[in-house]
Amino acid sequence: MRLSNIFYNGVIKENPIFVQLIGMCATLAITTSALNGLSMGLSVIGVLVCSNFVISLLRNVIPDKVRIPAFVVVIATFVTMVDMFLKAFAPAIYSALGLFIPLIVVNCIIFARAETFASKNGVIESVVDGLGMGIGYTIALVILGSIREILGAGSIFGIPLFGEGFQPALILIMPPGAFILLGTLIGIFNLIRKKNENKKDVKHKEESYNI
Amino acid sequence: MNLFTILISTIFVNNYVLARFLGICPFLGVSNKTETAAGMGVAVTFVVTLSSIITYFIQKLILDPLKLEYLQTIVFILVIATLVQFVEMVMKKTSPTLYKALGVYLPLITTNCIVLGVAILNIKEGYNLVQTIVNSIGASVGFAFALILMASVREKLELSEIPESLKGFPIALITAGLMSIAFLGFKGLV
Repeated sequence: MRLSNIFYNGVIKENPIFVQLIGMCATLAITTSALNGLSMGLSVIGVLVCSNFVISLLRNVIPDKVRIPAFVVVIATFVTMVDMFLKAFAPAIYSALGLFIPLIVVNCIIFARAETFASKNGVIESVVDGLGMGIGYTIALVILGSIREILGAGSIFGIPLFGEGFQPALILIMPPGAFILLGTLIGIFNLIRKKNENKKDVKHKEESYNI
Repeated sequence: MNLFTILISTIFVNNYVLARFLGICPFLGVSNKTETAAGMGVAVTFVVTLSSIITYFIQKLILDPLKLEYLQTIVFILVIATLVQFVEMVMKKTSPTLYKALGVYLPLITTNCIVLGVAILNIKEGYNLVQTIVNSIGASVGFAFALILMASVREKLELSEIPESLKGFPIALITAGLMSIAFLGFKGLV
């Protein structure tokens, strides 16, 4: 498998949030601002790349029966490291992300990639897969966080955008807003994907007629 | 905190699914039918309450005295994984139909944020043993409540005309958003 294909797969074709629809809990909770989304995304990239690396290295050593607890311990170790790192070097982000840092351990994305990719592929491919999925996840989080922040608080990354008279739509910062916005975005993503598939179908039909 | 307040708060005001965003994956994955939703709710209640008690004791008797708090994540998740394996074995023997109906979602309770989330929150909020138990029961009842409500709505949605791109997940999320707005009405209760 070519590395660029693996990367593209993670970011677009099998984007964890918009296509695979996993890892929702943190997505909805954390995206109250673009910066929070970005921080969480970077933390997940860190854990995902490291855990994919280690699990791929050990894939021929871990017996099949204990692979789930083994994965869990590897992932949990890296999550604990990220947790301590954030607590020491970025306390503001640590308190903003709160409960959801240790909850990265149960983030389906990391476990799914370990199970379906890292345990069956080489080290470099697994690292690239981790990077791709992580970056796809981060992009989704930043998009979601930015929309919620711009419309719900009138700022982006903490920089106020509109003037004094702007009345933000507070609902977007609150839980309902997260649900409704994510549902709408996935719907839009589905629409775009369908349109691209239709275009490809038309192209294939034209090419088969020309033969 | 008063026990009754904890109960009302976890089921209605700070519903673990609709306000705290824990347990979203099974919430959207298992909520197509009311019977499976009820079964899932019972399984989660059992796992959450039992794991909260066990993790509470581990924290108070092992992690705190030995200053090993940083091992909390690893230890808790291992306890939960073992417990879910155990529940799976018991359910396979006692109720095979429910076991088949829940399918792949039963082992997925391990990666359900709600189990680990409740365990960690019990420690963070500084609850004693009784408050921990009440909080866990409240959280899972709230989860089951939201799940069953969602299942009833989705069963009706199956029969409606929804635009192609919104079918499935998107419309479920939007429905959850509307339910979340409704639950915001409980804000003044406690």
